[in-house]
Amino acid sequence: MKVKQISVFLENKSGRLAQVTRVLGDNNINIRALSIADTTDFGILRLIVNNPDSAYRVLKEAGFTVSTTDVIAVEVKDDPGGLAKVLEILQNVHINIEYLYAFLQKATNAALVVFRVEQLDEAIKVLQENNVSILEGSKVYSL
Amino acid sequence: MYWQKEYETMPREQLKDLQVERLKQTVQRVYDYVPFYRNSFDNAGIKPGDINSLDDLQKLPFTTKQDLRDNYPFGLFAVPMDKVVRIHASSGTTGKPTVVGYTQEDITNWSDLMARALVMAGGTTSDVVQNAYGYGLFTGGMGVHYGAERLGATVVPISGGNTSRQIMLMRDFGTTILTCTPSYALFLGEEIINAGIDPRDLKLKAGIFGAEPWSERMRAQLEAKLNIMALDIYGLSEVMGPGVSMECPEKNGMHIFEDHFIAEIIDPETAKPLPYGEPGELVLTSLTKQALPIIRYRTRDITVLREDKCGCGRTFVRMQRVTGRTDDMLIIRGVNVFPSQIESVLLEFGDTEPHYLLVVDRKGTLDDLEIWVEISDKFFSDKVRALEDLEKRLKARILSVLGISARIKLVEPRTIPRSEGKAKRVMDKREI
Ligand SMILES: [Zn+2]
Repeated sequence: MKVKQISVFLENKSGRLAQVTRVLGDNNINIRALSIADTTDFGILRLIVNNPDSAYRVLKEAGFTVSTTDVIAVEVKDDPGGLAKVLEILQNVHINIEYLYAFLQKATNAALVVFRVEQLDEAIKVLQENNVSILEGSKVYSL
Repeated sequence: MYWQKEYETMPREQLKDLQVERLKQTVQRVYDYVPFYRNSFDNAGIKPGDINSLDDLQKLPFTTKQDLRDNYPFGLFAVPMDKVVRIHASSGTTGKPTVVGYTQEDITNWSDLMARALVMAGGTTSDVVQNAYGYGLFTGGMGVHYGAERLGATVVPISGGNTSRQIMLMRDFGTTILTCTPSYALFLGEEIINAGIDPRDLKLKAGIFGAEPWSERMRAQLEAKLNIMALDIYGLSEVMGPGVSMECPEKNGMHIFEDHFIAEIIDPETAKPLPYGEPGELVLTSLTKQALPIIRYRTRDITVLREDKCGCGRTFVRMQRVTGRTDDMLIIRGVNVFPSQIESVLLEFGDTEPHYLLVVDRKGTLDDLEIWVEISDKFFSDKVRALEDLEKRLKARILSVLGISARIKLVEPRTIPRSEGKAKRVMDKREI
């Protein structure tokens, strides 16, 4: 139920993001989803890719500071209040969301939301109990 | 004008005799009362009785900052603690400071030397000395303060910072002599002009500036901005504090108070003595210090000594401005900073192989320190909050270790230039 996310430290200078995508492209790694959190000095690039293990390795070899983090990918129904419902479930059991970002599945056009929480197993359990659809890592990688 | 004319203008032959006599006493005393010196003299096969001339000084081993650190806190004191009336300390590279002590007699001598310095700058009993050196463990504040009182001038112990109050008191009290770091003086000068005050309306006549390197270019700026005579002063806590040497109005080097200190210049690589006129590392031996006598202390400061006659009539040799260091010490806002201090903080935070760079610049008139830290796996987090928190904690720790604030900039790996595998630790962009 967990998805491996790759995080990369980026200084706020031009060309760094392009450099990451080039390294991944050169190694036939496809990006499924991407989000950047930045401050005035630096940014953190978060990626979901088709092959996280090799993405970690090639970025590391290219000299980037990289880490992997387990996140969950939740399918959110394309109707009003879809995301709100998921957030509410987590909030009710006091699971704090560090960050989240969304992307669209090509095949179904349904929204996928990536959640980063500290209490991962607990979150998975409560979401499943509430019939929220959580995607397997393997499924997310091969989207 | 002189404070102690007899000593300040003593013929050199007579001065050398005085030095030999005082050197012999000092060597005997450290041998008798300081185990560190007894051991190091014994290891070198030297007895106090072997020291009978200034040339014999070269037989004695050097003392380094590391020796002071190894004997932390009071191990090198030559008197019992009930004779010690004051302690000062300077920041250390690994957290522990270098500690120095003074007897009543030491304070009296130091006060006399600082009074000499103030008199060189034209000081008299009717002067108002605004002392903007920091008070505290640092020797600058108290050193100048006691000298000004000894002279009988009026001292304003304002310490550093609070620029608007400095300017207000300078005007209201009729300050005539300003003592602080040269960069702070320059800053004050600009703020005075920004406050709409014409420096010519102030009573300032002289400034005694030290504790960090400066230049003739800065002297010209200081003299123009503040409408004063700007003079250089030198000292270091391990040897005494400010007042080891002081520039006279001839502005041609700082007279070393040789009745209290012997100055040598050595080749920093070979440690062999160099003749006057050759640049090298300044080595100082104290001649009158009671609590912490020091033998052949390696200052790490690079300078040149000159023996030719000075127009002021003083017979003491002059040292030129310090032009560099033999180690990687930086002086930032008057504070000694070693890159290894940053390294120790990063190691403390769990960075096993820290790569960092100190970027020093002068923003306006004030030194600015930015520390680049290459982000290691250990430090990295996918959460912005965690990285910002890391920056904050590093900043706080560095402030407590260095005593000055720095901006922390996290950078990508291999951002910091390396040559032959060895990282460059300092980028000093200041033009002084
Ligand atoms: Zn002179």
